[in-house]
Amino acid sequence: MANILVYALHYDGAINKNSLGAVSEGAKLAAELGGEAHAILLGENVPQELAATLGKYGAKKVLVAEGPEGLAQPLVDAMAAAISGGDYSYALFGGGLLGFEIGAGLAARLGAGVAMEVTAVRAEGGELVAERPILGDSAISEIKYRSDVGIIIGRLNAFEINESGDSDAPVEQLSFELSPQATQATMVTRGEQRGADVDIEGASILIAGGRGLGKAEGFELAEALANAFGGNSAVAATRAVVDAGWYPYAAQIGQTGKTVAPKLYLAAGISGAIQHKVGMQASENIVAINKDANAPIFEFSDLGIVGDLNKILPKLTEAVKAKKGS
Amino acid sequence: MKICVLVKEVPDAAVEKKINPSTGRMDRSGEKNLNPYDTHAIEAAMQIKEGGTVPVEEIVAVTMGPDSAVRALHKAVSLGADRSVHLSDEVVAGSDVAATGYALAKTLQRESPDLVLLGQQSDDGECYTIGAVVAEHLGMPSLTQVIKMDVETEALRCERQAEYGYDTVQIKLPAVISVGDAINEPRYPSLKAIMGAKKKQLDSVSASDVEIDASKVGGENSAAQWVSAKAPPAKAAGEIIEDEDTGETVEKIVAWLDERKLI
Amino acid sequence: MHNGNGKVAPDRFPPPVDSRKEFVKRGLDDEDELIEVGVAIVGGGTAGLACANRLLQLLADDPETLERLGEVPVAVVEKAKTCGGHNLSGAVVRPQALEELFPEMTREQWREEGFAFGEVKKEAVYLTPTSKLSVRIPTPPPFKNHGNEVISVSALARYQQRQAEDAGAYILTETSATQLVVEDGKVVGVRSGDKGRGKDGEPLGNFEPGTDIKAKATVLAEGCWGHLTGAAIKEFDLAKDREPQVWELGVKEVWKVTKPLDRLIHTMGPWPLKISPKYGQIGGTWIYPMKNAAGEDLVSIGFVVELEYADATTSAHDLLQTFKTHPLVRKILEGGERVAWGAKALPGGGYWSMPKLSMPGALLVGDSGGMVDTMALKGVHHCIKSGMIAAETIYAALKRSSSDLSAYEDAIDESSVGRELWEVRNARQPLQKGLLIGGALSGLQQVSKGKLPGRADWHRNDAKPMFIGNTKDVYVKPDGKYTFDKLSSVFITGNATRDDAPNHIRVQKHVPREVAETWTWMCPAGVYEIPDDAPEEGEVDVIVNYTNCVQCGAITAKGGRLTTPEGGDGPLYQIL
Repeated sequence: MANILVYALHYDGAINKNSLGAVSEGAKLAAELGGEAHAILLGENVPQELAATLGKYGAKKVLVAEGPEGLAQPLVDAMAAAISGGDYSYALFGGGLLGFEIGAGLAARLGAGVAMEVTAVRAEGGELVAERPILGDSAISEIKYRSDVGIIIGRLNAFEINESGDSDAPVEQLSFELSPQATQATMVTRGEQRGADVDIEGASILIAGGRGLGKAEGFELAEALANAFGGNSAVAATRAVVDAGWYPYAAQIGQTGKTVAPKLYLAAGISGAIQHKVGMQASENIVAINKDANAPIFEFSDLGIVGDLNKILPKLTEAVKAKKGS
Repeated sequence: MKICVLVKEVPDAAVEKKINPSTGRMDRSGEKNLNPYDTHAIEAAMQIKEGGTVPVEEIVAVTMGPDSAVRALHKAVSLGADRSVHLSDEVVAGSDVAATGYALAKTLQRESPDLVLLGQQSDDGECYTIGAVVAEHLGMPSLTQVIKMDVETEALRCERQAEYGYDTVQIKLPAVISVGDAINEPRYPSLKAIMGAKKKQLDSVSASDVEIDASKVGGENSAAQWVSAKAPPAKAAGEIIEDEDTGETVEKIVAWLDERKLI
Repeated sequence: MHNGNGKVAPDRFPPPVDSRKEFVKRGLDDEDELIEVGVAIVGGGTAGLACANRLLQLLADDPETLERLGEVPVAVVEKAKTCGGHNLSGAVVRPQALEELFPEMTREQWREEGFAFGEVKKEAVYLTPTSKLSVRIPTPPPFKNHGNEVISVSALARYQQRQAEDAGAYILTETSATQLVVEDGKVVGVRSGDKGRGKDGEPLGNFEPGTDIKAKATVLAEGCWGHLTGAAIKEFDLAKDREPQVWELGVKEVWKVTKPLDRLIHTMGPWPLKISPKYGQIGGTWIYPMKNAAGEDLVSIGFVVELEYADATTSAHDLLQTFKTHPLVRKILEGGERVAWGAKALPGGGYWSMPKLSMPGALLVGDSGGMVDTMALKGVHHCIKSGMIAAETIYAALKRSSSDLSAYEDAIDESSVGRELWEVRNARQPLQKGLLIGGALSGLQQVSKGKLPGRADWHRNDAKPMFIGNTKDVYVKPDGKYTFDKLSSVFITGNATRDDAPNHIRVQKHVPREVAETWTWMCPAGVYEIPDDAPEEGEVDVIVNYTNCVQCGAITAKGGRLTTPEGGDGPLYQIL
């Protein structure tokens, strides 16, 4: 029986979106293998009802373990215990920092093979094959596992959320022992928000501005649009405008800035020179607004609008707000 | 306190990364350099030493790699490490992340460090994971993405950015800490330090010197196997709209976004 | 469209720099702060490394002298990440000098080491009267290359670096030499560059000051008139009674091709250049076959234009892209893939423009000494030979515990370097009069093998009055597959420059449009830009995107001054 154990991160009464994606994916794959996907949650007094909701995403059972939240090593202990006691061939993680830390520690604990930044998984001959991009996304590598257990760590936003289940899942307490190292770290404060910081790497929608914005104040248009989208949206910038002092370096994307792969990358007034392209070409959906029809960005955008961003952005902002009903 | 810094030699970011057509594996020829993230780890070690809160007897740079990896060690020493250790053995060639972490852990065991520092990711592959593997084998607590670190006598107070914002974690020594590039601004080595680097102690060790079980390392024994590499699916050509009536254009954009569940 | 009728010479707007004040340091730091080496070589290109290679060969057989040079007998200061990173040339090399430098190597071994790509068996020279036509002409003597070898200087420098290191040299890469240190009228060393300065030169958190490198002898091998060479020339009056130096700019690409090229090709225009002397355009191209150690067929193609031109819209990069559309070239490159791009200026003045090559405590080698035969487009063998002669001169002086290096000049004059450059000393200057008349006069000089008396003069490139013409109308629009724009070309050089690095280019920022356009078109890396809202005529602002700079050196010829960037910045040429 090829069962898949899926790690689910929770915080403040909600399950992390990437974990929901991983559970959905795990359920799909487990079905193809003729097994089940079980989820595992660890925390201090994890609410049973919350755990049970994972059934709606396809989990056939949810294990709940008691331990300190937000740290990786307790989960290595918990998942190792579950795997040795259960019948799991794979451990699956949605994108996110803790997933990497836990997955890697688990691989070491079990002597298991591990693949990270996985963008797709498929079942083949009763086994799972993972795919991950390499060489700056210019090629895709396939990975097979030789160990008893295979560990798959997904890239951010790689797995789609799918409410394939119709009811709550049964919840089971998992008892396990913390290893000595897991007791050496204590969470002092968790999840502190810092306003000034720009976290563009984690955003799912990025409104990026370039020289075409005309001046520093042009970024107000980008910010208004990002606010209209709300949620996990942020504003990014090209090197040229960061050099000109229009926007902070923390928001810079490109060869000498950050690399991002959001669900939506809207480039306003950006020519699409390759130094910028390499930082965002893996974005799922690329929309470009530029008044120059020959701008290179139109060669790789999914939707290109040749026009004046000063006219389009404000109207688009209004329309997005209206659509969202706010 | 003894600090070991794990460093890695990676292809220079400017060198075009490609697959060698005859071997089907990453072509690693061309300029190599010390992994930029590791320079942050060395700098962090130096700042602890210079900070004075805890006396640091020595900073040791450790690497696993082919002969050319000594350059990374020279660079690490020019940046302040007191000496270096080079695990160089045919047997470990081709190791995946798990096997590499195991081999490094065995090498570190010999040194008995109080603190292991490393860059959280490298330019040529795996991110955020080696630290966790090494820590598991050493039985030490580990934390990655650390961007601030304050040293107390037997513990560290670390800040790192995780899924929900910044976490502050108290972690007891000995520990393995993977640092992000926001933690510090690495110093430039002085010319004297660069020229003096080759004279510092460099120990070359083999797998058996550090009691590595050969069946657990090497390309052949890797538990995760790279089967093949292929080109990514070609992206379909995009749509272009010429804005004549902005109201209409915006409607089309919104419809397009809606179709893809982006609003 | 600009049709400014202004004729403005860039030299009316000289760069804001005082070479002697800025680039010469008077006196060394204290003993415990400086580093002492035996011989300091500034520049890890072919010439500088040939000097290092030869010197260490001589010292290997003379342990006593070696001992006297101390712990670091030879130090090479190189600003790129590795030697070869900033080196570029055609190149077809006359083999003798290389054979002399590494006598135990066979040519087959050159190719195995990855810096040589085949012996020239067949060659052809063409004229391109129009964009479609090519006419083969009998090979003029300077273009006879039978028996020579196609090489890459960038790869050769890497090989030379390894040899030098194995022989005991300290190669200090990612290190620029920013000042010449002079004490009592003598060069006593150089100062390495600071690291960690910000955009406006302010020290950042991780600021690390440079160090004085004290040396018994210093060799300036900076290539196309580095700033220390320029300062040395002013300090020691080395250009007295010489013709001014003039420069040429070459833009090069390397392509992987589907079928091997069977011959070495040179073209002499005119298309896409303009014949009329008012444009002052003299240039040509090369197309060289290369076969690498893996057996792959490559082609090196480049466009060289003298920086003597008067039309501000002359752009070597765009001329190369346009030239590629000629059927002669399409036949060769179509179906292939561009794998490299780069640009470099070279000194074209020849014999009469060479400065005095020695000064107390220091010598000039290679392009720094202007030792390029631009008729034959050859300088690499002179780089190697002059590097070797410099090594021999220094070695002889060290042996007699003397610091007098003046014997170098006669040694160069009497060597193949001096002899060959003497022969073509008046051959190029006539071309400043235009291709037709000049061509005839030039031909006369060459046929007579330099036996005609007299000394032809040069005019400085930056003294040429510039006008905004229509050369640009011939340029093709880059398609991104066969022809390329400047920015994506800079990208593939691996140019990694810290975004907040200080500006290493000295130019005036507010100049007449004619001068500004000269710079924006000339620069192959797109460093200079005129704001969109600048006036059509009169004076305009100039934006300097110095992080794009690939260190070609052209700006020094036409009104600016290139200095070294922070060590490690700039391109990382591999096979150029």
